[in-house]
Amino acid sequence: MTNDEIFSKVQAIIVDQTGEDAEKVTMTTNIKQDLDADSLDIFEVINEIEDEFDIKIETEEGIETVSDLVTFVEKQLADKE
Amino acid sequence: MTRVVITGMGALTPIGNSVSEFEAGLLASKVGFQPITHFDASETGITLAGELHDFDPLKRLGKKDLRRMDAFSQYAMYAASEAVEQAGIDETNTEPESMGVIYGSGIGGLTTIQEQVIKMHDKGPQRVSPMFVPTSISNMASGNIAIRYHAKNICTTIVTACASGTNAIGEAFRQIKEGRAQVMLTGGSEASVNEIGIAGFAALSTLSKATDPKKASLPFDAGRLGFVMGEGAGTLVLESLEHAQKRGANILAEIVGYGATSDAYHMTSPDPEGTQAARAMQLAIDEAGIKPADVDYINAHGTATMGNDSAESKAINTVFGQDSDVLVSSTKSMTGHLLGAAGAIEAVATVGALQTGKLPENVGVVNQDPECQVNLVNDANRDHETEYAISNSFGFGGHNAVLAFRKWAD
Repeated sequence: MTNDEIFSKVQAIIVDQTGEDAEKVTMTTNIKQDLDADSLDIFEVINEIEDEFDIKIETEEGIETVSDLVTFVEKQLADKE
Repeated sequence: MTRVVITGMGALTPIGNSVSEFEAGLLASKVGFQPITHFDASETGITLAGELHDFDPLKRLGKKDLRRMDAFSQYAMYAASEAVEQAGIDETNTEPESMGVIYGSGIGGLTTIQEQVIKMHDKGPQRVSPMFVPTSISNMASGNIAIRYHAKNICTTIVTACASGTNAIGEAFRQIKEGRAQVMLTGGSEASVNEIGIAGFAALSTLSKATDPKKASLPFDAGRLGFVMGEGAGTLVLESLEHAQKRGANILAEIVGYGATSDAYHMTSPDPEGTQAARAMQLAIDEAGIKPADVDYINAHGTATMGNDSAESKAINTVFGQDSDVLVSSTKSMTGHLLGAAGAIEAVATVGALQTGKLPENVGVVNQDPECQVNLVNDANRDHETEYAISNSFGFGGHNAVLAFRKWAD
């Protein structure tokens, strides 16, 4: 899966969870600060990403931007192969 | 003594998604049953339910609310929105710390529980949604209402099965009467028309297996078949008379009594003599400072199960006497049984009867059970100016709860 493909899936999950417009969700977007997401939103986004990519995210620590999420997913997928 | 009045109502029911639609449905004797659409019920043995029709939660809730709330919370919030809007309660006229919430639900977020247990079974415990607990716990209707309306007085939840709505309103009434709160948002909500809900009640043989909506829920009929499960919510805004008058609120009715007792008899069967059900009625009437003969109308629990309707009839006759002319109807003949929301929408129905002088009929009865010797409301006797009415609710566990209402007069 390419970086772009991962991004568009992550973007769709965040859009669905936060109700924000897709244009507002870019690689540099800070999920909590820029999207007014609370702790439950973050938990739910992580849970959806785990389902979507069949990976496990042990902690939300260190995940602030969309880019952090995409990089994390990329690494997990690479580890699985 | 502080008087407690109703200044707002909201209703979300199988026969109408607002108080005005609900009351119009009651007066038209509209039956709200259809074959179940929420899931494939073909293997349950049950055909009909009282599902909501054309319900659009986005009329009163945000998209995020839908993701964060089980249906039972959504229904509660929807009915609360209508009630608060009608009451005109806001932070300019009500201190947050003097406003509380006591809401009821028989089961809570059962659909969410079902979904997440299946997910855990299929995908493992680590895939359970983080929203599972906050959406499914049965206190979250109360919690969400308090959050939305900044109600910072008591916020609690009553879980007494099918008496939940009535117990919730009664306990909220007490908060104001005893001076602990000025305004209470109260009622009940239920959303259990799902696989596990229908299957569970069907296993107890309490559900009507009828396929004809007109012959499905027949309270007090000799051929009654059990109840049709309904879903929805009802909300009341209760207020001290002083608080309501000070802000110039429109008063809809007064709550004048509440009786609560326990059968202490059996988990699911009512005491066949209805002794404690009778005492709950008597307590509500005593608190109202009236006599049974002053009561014109009883909105019965009337589930259309064999056990309830005969025991309830005995209880009514114990309190009112065999020759009483008090009129009785079960609106479950139209709405089905909304479990923890039943008492809440029936409170709305009872207030409507006081306001209009038109009683809801006991729809569908063709052959009244001789074991149920009560005067049912029908087409001929329904126009009946009513000053005092009571509403009965009884729940699995032996919970008996009765509210006494008075037509508003200063």
